[in-house]
Amino acid sequence: MLSRKFTTTACAAALAALSCGAQAQISGGSVKIGVLTDLSGTYSDLAGSGAVLATKMAIDDFIANEKPNFKIEMVSADHQNKADIASNKAREWIEREGVDTVTELVTTSTALAVMKVAKEKDRVVIMNGPASTPITNEQCNDVSVHYTYDTYSVANGTAKAVTTGGGKSWFFLTADYAFGQALEKDATAVVIANGGKVVGSVRHPFPGSDFSSFLLKAQASGAQVIGLANAGADTTNAIKQAAEFGITPKQSLAGLLMFITDIHALGLKSTQGMYLTEGFYWDRNDETRAWSKRFFEKQKKMPTMVQAGQYSSIYHYLKAVKASGTDDTTKVMAMMRKTPINDFFAKNGQIRDDGRMVHDMYLMQVKKPADSKYPWDYYTIKATIPAAEAFQPLSQSRCPLIKK
Amino acid sequence: MEIFGIPTALLGSQLLVGLINGSFYAILSLGLAIIFGLLNIINFCHGAQYMMGAFVAWIALTRFGVNYWVSLIAAPLIVGIVGVLIERLMLRRLYKLDHLYGLLLTFGLALIFEGIFRDQFGISGESYEVPELLSGGVNLGFMFLPIYRGWVIVASLTVCFGTWYMIERTKLGAYLRAGTENSQMVQALGINVPLLITFTYGYGVALAAFAGVLAAPIFQVNPLMGSNLIIVVFAVVVIGGMGSIMGSIITGLGLGLIEGLTKVFYPEASSVVVFVIMVIVLLVRPAGLFGKS
Repeated sequence: MLSRKFTTTACAAALAALSCGAQAQISGGSVKIGVLTDLSGTYSDLAGSGAVLATKMAIDDFIANEKPNFKIEMVSADHQNKADIASNKAREWIEREGVDTVTELVTTSTALAVMKVAKEKDRVVIMNGPASTPITNEQCNDVSVHYTYDTYSVANGTAKAVTTGGGKSWFFLTADYAFGQALEKDATAVVIANGGKVVGSVRHPFPGSDFSSFLLKAQASGAQVIGLANAGADTTNAIKQAAEFGITPKQSLAGLLMFITDIHALGLKSTQGMYLTEGFYWDRNDETRAWSKRFFEKQKKMPTMVQAGQYSSIYHYLKAVKASGTDDTTKVMAMMRKTPINDFFAKNGQIRDDGRMVHDMYLMQVKKPADSKYPWDYYTIKATIPAAEAFQPLSQSRCPLIKK
Repeated sequence: MEIFGIPTALLGSQLLVGLINGSFYAILSLGLAIIFGLLNIINFCHGAQYMMGAFVAWIALTRFGVNYWVSLIAAPLIVGIVGVLIERLMLRRLYKLDHLYGLLLTFGLALIFEGIFRDQFGISGESYEVPELLSGGVNLGFMFLPIYRGWVIVASLTVCFGTWYMIERTKLGAYLRAGTENSQMVQALGINVPLLITFTYGYGVALAAFAGVLAAPIFQVNPLMGSNLIIVVFAVVVIGGMGSIMGSIITGLGLGLIEGLTKVFYPEASSVVVFVIMVIVLLVRPAGLFGKS
């Protein structure tokens, strides 16, 4: 009798401990996601409030579909593309508000700054907006995930397609800062590897507005292709002015990093025929359309790859928290790496040890105005670049975590 | 043929491009100079008013089908009226205070205007097509000149010199200049000085909006298009001499040319060359090249 009573009590105690334990595994009683992005500057259309919305959608969908036994909260802030503001905010969130993961981080400088803080405080960083490859190379660490794209993958797709398609001689118009130079370097390697040559380049101050001087130089170089190693307003202004000076269509332009919002802003008339590489296109299949239409209803714009990647990455993170029953950084990171990503954004996506999420990328060509049948009908998908080719192979990795 | 290893054709085309940019600097710095000359206000929302000119033209075209030529007159009028309201309701209260107050007020207004447009239209901007009459280009032998760029030079020089003539050679201009020198005396002679001041601010703002409409087909119409340009324009005004009408026109054109040349020889420095010149001018002639100390 006594032993039976003891057994019951012990079981009850064990059960209580177990359930308490499960609760206690989530620090502060809830999983808190901090979206740190550009809410007011150059990148606020491609990331910005759309990335905040995508995060919210991911949380709502996760709660509805997976019925987690923990609470999920979200905070967001504008980092103004400044590294110091980003790292201060991340520190404040982690120390005072118990944020478990800091995400988005468009612009490389803010991303690198927050990666350092997160490593020091042992929290997860999930990056979707920033582009530079050092994030998963020299600066890599084991708490970071670089999810959507990088300069290697976009330069690789576009430069290869254009060079093998006959555009053998290139002239680069490069934004004079780390990102532009990384993009030029990555693209140059691809051009040369595919039998092309680079006849010259010019570095323009960032940000610029009048590119006519630089474009005239590119024109005088006689190159078949002018590679635009810049982003945002610099790219859109350069494309617009190239058409004005009669440079296109005699010489063709290759935008090495462009988003659907850039095409939307410029219109198809001045962008038709251009090649570009993205990790996502809303109109690719039924799954992407279904999600994008839900996004469009709230944002009144179709999602960029950054915004779609934001949703996918947050959902993946929350699934990993649920599966591992804790928000402990090491355990969650291990679970995120172990679990393949299968959703509307990626099929069999995999997070490598250097933090790079590898997935298929898509080479697109911008449609002619006459071929565009409905709003945001902008691209024809010319090729799917398989995950294994799209990103820098681990054999070339400069990340200390990768043992060769 | 080559000069310093640069083919003359390329040099010629770069000078012409420099002149085009110089035309924008000239017309914007002229507006600033007029406002400073008469109101003693450093109009920091000049860039935002330039942006508003471009946006009014774009909205007029896409929402109401109003063409470029009508916008060229209407947009400066509309933005000018906004300027008049700002002067009547806000700036007027600051004339007796230090310059700094006017600067802070207009800077705040610039941030508010940019914020409103950013909220409404996003950051990627909108495209404004070149009007049909001015589309295409001519081959000058050394370069392909888009007709529209040629028009920008003609239009802005006409407006700049027209403004100079009005201020320096007409009776209205004489009142304006007298008002700057001694407003009480002019008032005593029966001239409505406050009205004159309101008109001047409205006109300066309209010049900015006019430049905005001229710029719309060249640059992406974007809420931040003015803030990128305005700092350079301030440097132009400082170099030319605060408040000097002819000074701001000539300096604007001249600096456009120098900037164009820098883009040929050392492109990385093209965004700072204007400021280097500004520092040198301030050291040698603190009142500016054309200013009266």
